[in-house]
Amino acid sequence: MSHNQPEKTAQSGVKEFHPRVHEAINNPQIRANFRKAMDGLMDKRQAAFPSDDELQGLRDLVAAIRLRALSKLPELLEKLEENLTANGVKVHWAENGDQACQIILDICQQKNAKSVIKGKSMVSEEMELNHYLEKHGIEALESDLGEYIVQLAEETPSHIIMPAIHKNTDEISDLMHDKTGTKKSRDVEYLTAEARQQLRKRFEKADVGVSGVNFAVAETGTLCLVENEGNGRLTTTVPPVHIAVTGIEKVVENLEDVAPLLSLLTRSATGQHITTYFNMISSPRKEGELDGPEEVHLVLVDSGRSNIYQDDELLDTLRCIRCGACMNHCPVYTRIGGHAYGYTYPGPIGKILMPHLAGLDDAKDLPSASSLCGACGEVCPVRIPIPKLLVRLREESVAGDSDHNNSSVKGRGSKRSTSESLIWKGWAKMHKSGGLYRTGTGAATVFRFLMPNKIGAWTKCRTAPKLAPSTLHQQVKARGKNGGEK
Amino acid sequence: MSSIKLYPPKPEKVYFYGTCLVDMFYPDAGMAGIQLLEKQGIEVIFPQDQTCCGQPAYTSGYHDQAREVAAAQLGLFPGDYPIVLPSGSCAGMMREHYPELFAGHPEEAKAKEVAGRIYELTEFLMHVCHIKLEDKGEPIKVAMHTSCSARREMGLGEVGPALLGQLDNVELVEQARVKECCGFGGAFSVRHPEISEAMVTDKVEAIDATGANTLISSDCGCMMNITGAAEHMKKEFKGEHIASFLWRRCHES
Repeated sequence: MSHNQPEKTAQSGVKEFHPRVHEAINNPQIRANFRKAMDGLMDKRQAAFPSDDELQGLRDLVAAIRLRALSKLPELLEKLEENLTANGVKVHWAENGDQACQIILDICQQKNAKSVIKGKSMVSEEMELNHYLEKHGIEALESDLGEYIVQLAEETPSHIIMPAIHKNTDEISDLMHDKTGTKKSRDVEYLTAEARQQLRKRFEKADVGVSGVNFAVAETGTLCLVENEGNGRLTTTVPPVHIAVTGIEKVVENLEDVAPLLSLLTRSATGQHITTYFNMISSPRKEGELDGPEEVHLVLVDSGRSNIYQDDELLDTLRCIRCGACMNHCPVYTRIGGHAYGYTYPGPIGKILMPHLAGLDDAKDLPSASSLCGACGEVCPVRIPIPKLLVRLREESVAGDSDHNNSSVKGRGSKRSTSESLIWKGWAKMHKSGGLYRTGTGAATVFRFLMPNKIGAWTKCRTAPKLAPSTLHQQVKARGKNGGEK
Repeated sequence: MSSIKLYPPKPEKVYFYGTCLVDMFYPDAGMAGIQLLEKQGIEVIFPQDQTCCGQPAYTSGYHDQAREVAAAQLGLFPGDYPIVLPSGSCAGMMREHYPELFAGHPEEAKAKEVAGRIYELTEFLMHVCHIKLEDKGEPIKVAMHTSCSARREMGLGEVGPALLGQLDNVELVEQARVKECCGFGGAFSVRHPEISEAMVTDKVEAIDATGANTLISSDCGCMMNITGAAEHMKKEFKGEHIASFLWRRCHES
């Protein structure tokens, strides 16, 4: 991930997390756009699951499907390659984003391609494919409406399924007016129709189509693509070459696995029972067929995923099906929006995934940026225990558990500081002895008048907590009943 | 997510684990909790050597230190009685996280055994004691904030409102986005102060908009956060732990 520099993915250009948060939190437009959008998405998801029993049962089923796939990941990837190859799809393996970019560039150059049209793909964002292709003289155009808007604005997606969710209609209207000459309008249908017209022309002249993959089915060698705009179907059928790119974790065992996954994915994401399009791609155009690409490629990207796979607990990160429900329900994401995180994947999933892709030393502020409220884990369709993984990554950051000394997490211990560890050692010494603790808390209440009424960040927006005149320990003891019992 | 929990019959004795926040800042809530249990005919044992469940170190990533402190708590409950805590987050720590924290350590079996006896106070009053509350107070309008640990980790989102619902003169009003976190999160509130501030400010405004004059919570962390911000924002409403509130309404009015 050498070229995945956070400052490039950032909207503001500031790499550090706290200044970016400051900027986002104090931007009323960002706050209002996200609050409104997330409230809407939460309502839609809730309406899509009228029966909680059904939802919980489906979550169990789908989590089990993902776990089963991950439990035989190496085997399934081989099977996927074998079956795709038999179907006439060329399979490529990339250890990291740079290699994946190079593979795609090579294919484009062999085809003398000048123009690439893209369907939505977060992995391509992760490896900054557009930037790479443009550097080599190939134009890459996003065809998903949200991605198109983000590209016009020269920004990055602020949400993994709704890339332009940080913009309201007025902002989009102004942007399209400035960049493409459309009339300013608040009519969403008009703006959408204009964008479709602009894009439609570009499909016809594209040399290569690049798409992502939602599920790669090992048993049949099928690439499944979920979308609403038809741009995915055009991307994968109109240009003579289709290149699909995906992380290695997206493989599932068989076709039966896909139905429940799809049902939970679309309802968790946007509250839709079904998307407008669901594409199943299993081969290039066969003899006698009238359409479809002449060549289909699949690029399988690792980028740190096989390292996550080594750890029995962190492995759960790879269950993710990228529905975005965790960010839709996250009180932190709702306040700061997607760009403030500074990485391709924002929100709760980003906090547990980016430390692996970028290293804990780089993504050092992400695991702590959670109140551990658990809203993400509650809605995750594949039951990723996100809060638990956040705590694990906090531990990895400070190397705070001798049980994990052999952990393979990149950047383990990079946040450990001598002063902080000393504080916790002191804390442990006081709290593992009832006597020391009682002496300490007893003294604190006696000298409570010394307690400052300003305590750092706490009192910037709150009054200081007030120590009680006597502790519960003292009050119970004073009653005499059972209180003295040890 | 907790699975369905089967509750035991009402015991003769319980251990009361006050938690460090209650101990130093809200001892009245602790005393009220003990008295509510005693009114149910239960003998309450308060081990004087109790300190802290270890959660602050645990969520900060210092698991070795969390384990040292937690291990000292494991020995405080020799009898086979339930352990009751007036806090969803500390109860969640002991019930849900102790078994993980001690996995592969000599105390593992003990940690699991203790975890199996952990109850949050309102949960215990409702599901084990089947408490019947008789309201003797004046009419009052209150809002309730259930902590995320109580709601999501312990599955107790309905318990607080159900207990308040037994009080005839108490009108419980629901603030907008009632299930959203208040922004406390322990060290989160000082490590990411601006995000925490944005969250608690929204929470205070939502509660204030209900017109309630008291905010009830079963977790002192949330209450300290919300009432601290409300006071800073010069809002009228006050906070009260649910144990103190129930005791005051039913036995002191």
